[in-house]
Order: sequence, then structure tokens, then C-alpha cells
Amino acid sequence: MLRPPVLNWASLWKRSVVLTHCPSKSVMACELHAKRLEGVDKNIWVEFTQLAAEYKVVNLGQGFPDFSPPSFIREAFCNALNGGASMHQYTRAFGHPPLVKILAKFFGRIVGREIDPMEDILVTVGAYQALFCTFQALINEGDEVIIVEPFFDCYQPMVMMGRGTPVYIPLKPRKSTGPGLSSADWVLCSEELASKISPRTKAIVINTPNNPLGKVFQRDELQMIADLCIKHDIICISDEVYEWLTYDGEKHIKIASLPGMWERTVTIGSAGKTFSATGWKVGWAMGPGHIMKHLKTVHQNSVYHTATAAQEAVAMGFQKEYDTFGTEESYFKQLPAMLHAKRLRLAECLRSVGLEPIMPQGGYFMITDISGLKVDLNDPSTKGEPYDFRIVKWLIKEKGLATIPVSGFYSQEHSGDFQKYIRFCFVKEDSTLKAAEDILKQWRIKQIWL
Amino acid sequence: MNITHMLRSCRSVRCLLETNPTRKFCSTQFNMTSAKHKNARRIEGLDKNVWVAFTSVAADPSIVNLGQGFPDIPPPSYVKEGLAQAVMVDRLNQYTRGFGHPTLVKALSQVYGKVNGRQINPLTEILVTVGAYGSLFSTMQGLVEEGDEVIIIEPFYDCYVPMVRMAGAKPVLIPLRLKSGKKSGITSADWVLDQDELARKFNSKTKAIIINTPNNPIGKVFTRTELQAIADLCIKHDTLCFSDEVYEWLIYRGHKHVKIATLPGMWDRTITIGSAGKTFSVTGWKLGWSIGPEHLVKHLQTVMQNTLYTCPTPLQEAVGQGLLRDYELMGKPECYFSSLAEELQSKRDRMATILTQAGMNPVVPEGGYFMLADVSALNQDVSHMTEDEPYDYKFIKWMIKEKQICPFQKLAAIPVTAFCGEESIKHFEKYIRLCFIKQDSTLDAAETILKNWSRA
Repeated sequence: MLRPPVLNWASLWKRSVVLTHCPSKSVMACELHAKRLEGVDKNIWVEFTQLAAEYKVVNLGQGFPDFSPPSFIREAFCNALNGGASMHQYTRAFGHPPLVKILAKFFGRIVGREIDPMEDILVTVGAYQALFCTFQALINEGDEVIIVEPFFDCYQPMVMMGRGTPVYIPLKPRKSTGPGLSSADWVLCSEELASKISPRTKAIVINTPNNPLGKVFQRDELQMIADLCIKHDIICISDEVYEWLTYDGEKHIKIASLPGMWERTVTIGSAGKTFSATGWKVGWAMGPGHIMKHLKTVHQNSVYHTATAAQEAVAMGFQKEYDTFGTEESYFKQLPAMLHAKRLRLAECLRSVGLEPIMPQGGYFMITDISGLKVDLNDPSTKGEPYDFRIVKWLIKEKGLATIPVSGFYSQEHSGDFQKYIRFCFVKEDSTLKAAEDILKQWRIKQIWL
Repeated sequence: MNITHMLRSCRSVRCLLETNPTRKFCSTQFNMTSAKHKNARRIEGLDKNVWVAFTSVAADPSIVNLGQGFPDIPPPSYVKEGLAQAVMVDRLNQYTRGFGHPTLVKALSQVYGKVNGRQINPLTEILVTVGAYGSLFSTMQGLVEEGDEVIIIEPFYDCYVPMVRMAGAKPVLIPLRLKSGKKSGITSADWVLDQDELARKFNSKTKAIIINTPNNPIGKVFTRTELQAIADLCIKHDTLCFSDEVYEWLIYRGHKHVKIATLPGMWDRTITIGSAGKTFSVTGWKLGWSIGPEHLVKHLQTVMQNTLYTCPTPLQEAVGQGLLRDYELMGKPECYFSSLAEELQSKRDRMATILTQAGMNPVVPEGGYFMLADVSALNQDVSHMTEDEPYDYKFIKWMIKEKQICPFQKLAAIPVTAFCGEESIKHFEKYIRLCFIKQDSTLDAAETILKNWSRA
């Protein structure tokens, strides 16, 4: 029996399903959307945040912390607000000067090269907009873009909106069952990757640490990709939003730091993930000036810039991190240490209820094989949807636990193989993780007794 | 970056309208020869931007900057406090609803429901964007197709043309023209569209017309009759209307802002764009909104979910709270929507006097926070400024380079031909644009500089 939803104004919203382009342009009779929107109107976050809002849930779904950003960054924002009239007015379009300067300094030290703050950096409205600028700036109709699966879902519609053709290559588990499964076991086959390259291949998108899997690409894996990029003159788009979140001594490696790669890589980062403030929507793209200038053109013709005060606060945050880097006071050290324990706790809980989590080497998320679950899926509204979608919706409605279906991070051609996984976010207060544990343990007890 | 270089880059808009725009770029990086690193076709010729050039003028303390349009007066304290409070709430530092934070869309629905005299669904008829700029982009990307034509009224806010071009469509320009006969006491109401000329611009390829009321840079507030004429053409040709109304609250005495979406037959074909930055004097917050019928707004929402997903949460919360506060005060003098206009009325009048005394002919605006000044009466010879540019560009360079009475006494304005196409240069090149939403001390400094011009 379905739990009644907690109805609020949010539950009135419905999405249209399919857009078709109609030759007649009468506003009264027909759809008027531009063709570039065809096939990109559905969105997993819109769908599942809506659902999580309708039902009272313990939310391990969408990837955001439910604890506060560190106090130093919140203070930085308050200081910015009170920093004079200019903090509330327009700033430099490509990035507030204090922010681009400290980003250049900070990341220059990491990659071991001088980064020009004015030429090599673009500050964007979250990493999401950095991705959009990159695809719009570089992809023409007919270009192919290789996407490593599972992928953060927006890569696909963004390539499509840029009239490009996505070409997929899945990470595959070396071993399919057994204890001690880790994201490290999921790898690319280099021959398979090479076979995906054609004369039309413009770019490859990698995400390390990976969402949803948590894989941290090793140097030799990145070198394999780099070799192909150099050989075939491909641009590398490297989404590194979770760059500080690596566990068990794993090291995050920037593909742009490999020989021959700076000149052809756009590296994307996020203040939201870096400082646990996803709602501030400050991100950046970094790369050689001759590529960055094209992203800037898109940016100045689409948003102009992201909020000044938020950029000022992030600049102050990075200045502090620059000064304390590598020490115990560094948030970039404290946050992964805190999340390390939460990650272990969630994995333990999932195993104790008979599920098989894949231990992530990095990031915010853990995916779990749910094949062992016995669930009576009788919700007619989800009939025909992929199995993991149905399970996730059932868990929301029946158990009050929100997660995300993993097949949503795969192309249609490969998603069938991955409908047995769901994704949990463990970047949550201990009380939230406890509440999730209680739900799962209760459910397990019921299953045993049945 | 020096002024000369900046002003040279202001010719961007005219470049865009040529069939073979010359792309100039300046890069300090070695340009790899790989063809794969070239820009995508959709942004060909769109790399220059007049504001990119002018924001650095704002940072130069030796310039009294009446150029780029942002206040140097502080925003209302309750709006700043609202943001400080929002940042202290954990949940408000994380992602919110993609199409607009609940507090904000609910407040917008109340305010604009009242203004439009209709119920507006906060979830399906509103999209919150990164500034009105982001709304314009979402509108173009969502609704404008390759092969479409989009009518744009000159002078226009400069981003309209590159955004139409980026969507693969063709901008079709029509100028406002100064009514003949009047030589002094000119106001923005004296600049009008020729109705026959407007009607000829519509054809079967016309997807939309963009209007901006109050207009930037002239300050024209389109009357009901003028909007009705545009509406009649939209209905006759079944086109859309994108109405940029960011200055909607800045209306001076004796004038009324009319929303074209409220005219019969227009709600279903109009996207109306607004701005928190202009409403609350917080241009750096970069929040705006699109309001319209669900069957149009849903496409803007699709663009949003594929471009940046959501706008910053604490800022949206603060704007929502600010709107709710002022909603309760609507119609009263304490309402910021009207008190700001009242404050600017005297600044506007003062600016007009200063310009007249300096020998220029101001175009007194009915709305907005810009004023055009006709400089032809000064008869200033700028032929020695060697660039091949319209008169206004040379005049402004001359103002900044040569007309400084002493250090720290330079005045910056914006050349108006930055807001028009090639064919209309002759109508606008004797005008410069000045922004008057500035502290009294800034206006004092401008007055001193201009008085000294007259003496020199």
C-alpha cells in the first residue's frame, strides 16, 4: 500500500513528456521550441528532487551535504556582503579579480606551471555552467564526444544541445561479485577506447573522482587516455569537482599535468563541492588561453557573470586554504577525513542488510548492487520504467528513503546492464546516516521474518 | 587595459551585423594550429563585448564613471540583511529547486500576479535565471531557431544581437526616430517608431520581436497605444514578444509602465523579463526571471536544466524575502519599488540641468537610469582622433584622454552607437549615454568636471 504523499504546493507540478517540433508556428496551436531542445527535456534531478520534496524522506539522493559549510567560508560571505557597495554590483565578466588570482596561484602550485588568471581561467555559475560553456564553445554539428560511463547525466544532453554526437564507453567491473568490491575494480579497456575514436572525435569527457561510481583514475589510466588524446588531437574535458575527496590514501591526479596535456585540456572545478556550499553556484574552467577564450565568448553571451559576493567569499576561502595547504587546519584535509568515516559506516550498514556496496575511492557517492532485494513492485505509475528507477521510487514512497537510480547515468544502449545498482550519497550528518540505517535494518528484519 | 583598446572593442555590435565580421582577438597565449581547438561555429564573430571592456573602467579610481549601468548607492539594508540571514541557515547554502527557489517564485507570483491582474503559477509560469541576461539567453535558446528572424528596436541593449546570432537567427533592426521639429526640451517620448516601417519588418520568418521598456539607453517608456500597435502586429503575424522590463519600477512622474503581456491576446505569446539587480540595486547578485505562459516557459526551463541547473540559493531567498516585504507595501511611499524612482527623479532632473549648462542637449528619460546627451551643439572637433570610428566613440576618447582638467578628473560615458547597427549610426553618433543612479558626490564630481569644460 502506498504511503500518502506529504502534499504541498510542490506536488502540483507535472512535466510534459515528449516534445515534437511542429512545422506551423501558431503559438496557440503548436509547440514553439527550438530544435536544439529535442530529446533533452527530461532531467533526472528535476524528476527526483520533485519526488523527494513530495514525500517525507531521509535523503541520501541528490548530492549535497546536509551539514553546514565550514564557518570560515560562511564568515567570508558575510564579510563580502559588508565589504562595500561594489560587492553588490557587477564585477569582471570572466571572474572576479581576487578569485581568479587566487585560483591561478593555488592551482598553479598544484600543476606546477604558471597559470595566467586573466587568460587561463573562467569563473562560472557552478561547474555545471563550465561544462555548458565548454560544449557550446567547441562542439559543432557532426562532432563526436566520447563519454566515459557511468557519467554525470548532464554531459549527454549538453553534447546533444551542441548538436554533437555522444559516443559511450563504459567502465566495467573486473570482478562481478564477491566481497571487497571497489571502484578501483571498474576500468576502461584501452582497445575498446581506441576503437571509439574516429576522425570526427572532438573531445573526451572524464570525471575523476567519478560520479556515481567514486572511481579515482590512476596515473597509468590517465596516461592511456592522454596518449590517445595526443595521438588523435582530441580535447580532454576533465570534470574534477570532487578533487579533494579521495580516501584510503588515494591521490587525485590532474590529467592536465601530464606531458602534452595542458594545451588540450579544460579542467573543471567547483566551489560548491570544495567548500560544501553547493547552493552558491561558483565553479570554474581552467585551461590554455587559446581554448579558454572560446568558453569566455559563450559565457559573455549567456550569463555575463556569477554573483560577485559569492566569488569574493570563495576567493577568501581559497586564500586561507593556500596558506594552510597540507596542514591539519586545511578544510581540504578535514573534509575527506570526516567523509572517510561516513563512507565506511554506510558501506557497513548496506552489507549488514545484505546489499553489496562498491567502495568508492573518492567523491560523495556509493553505488550498491540491489539484485538481492525481493520487492513487490506494484506501483502502476512506474510500470515500464527501468528496474532501478522503480526500486528507487518504491523506496521513496514506501520506506521514506531517497536514493538515485544508477542506470540514469548510462546511455540507453548500455543502461540495461546497470539497472541493478542504486546510488547513495554519504555526505550527510551522522543523524541522517543513522536514520537511513534504521530504515534499512527495519526493512531487513521484516524481510527475514517474512 | 587602456581606454583606447577598450573603446576599440566596443565596435563589436556593428561587426556582428556585417556579413563577414572581422574577428579580432588579442591573446597572450601561443595559438596552436589545431583546427580542433577553433571555436564552434555558433560563436563565430561573437567574441567582443562592450561591457567586458567597460567593467575595468569602473575599477579606475581616477575616472568619474557615468558609463556602465550600475548604482554606486547602497542596496536597501533589509535586502543585505536578508542575505546575511540566509547564509546562516544550513539548507540555504545547498542546491534548491532548479527553476527557482520556492520562496522566490512564490513571491514573484504574488507581486506580478498583482501587477498583471492575473493568477501566475509559480511553478510553471516562472523561471529564475542568472540575471535578466540569463533570461534573455534562455528565451533565445529555448524559442529561437536557425532561419528565424527576430525584430530588434534600436537603440538596443547590446546583448540582444549576439544572442539572436548565437541561436542561428537573423536580427532585423528598426530604429526609434526623433520626431522632427523639436530642437530643445527633448524627452524620450519624442523618439518613436515609424508604424509603416515597423509593419514592413514582419514577415513569415519573424519568430519574435524584442522590446525593452523602459528602454536602455534612451529611457523611453512605451505608451499603451505604442504597445498596442506592436501587439496588433504580433497577433496578425502570430509572432512571439520578448519584453525586457528590467527597469519597470523606475518610472518618473507623469508616466506609467505598461506590460505588453497584459494587452488582449498577448499573455500567450509573451515572455516578460525582470531583474532583481535593477529592482533592488544589486546588479552583482545576478538574479532575474522570465514570466509567461507554461507552453513557452517550459522550454526556457529545459534550457535552464541543461545549462546551469539552478541559481544560487541564499541570494534567491534574500530576493524572495525582499519582494514579499515590498509586496505588502505596494502603493505606499515606503515601497522600494516606488521610493527608488522618487529618489532618482531628482538625480535625473539634476543630470539634465548639468548637461544643459555644459552646452549639451539632454534627452530627458521617462524611465530607467540612463540619459542621452546630444553633444552636437558643442561642435567639438575630434577629427584628430585618428581611429576610423563613429563620432561618439571619438568624443568619449577625447573626453577621457584630453578633457581632463587635472588628474582624477576624467569623465566616462558610453557611446550610443554601441547600441545600434551600421545603418543607424548617423542617427545616434552625436549622442553619449550617462548613468545617473549615482551618489550625490559622484554627480557633484561630474558637475565640476563639466563646469570646468565650459570655462576651458
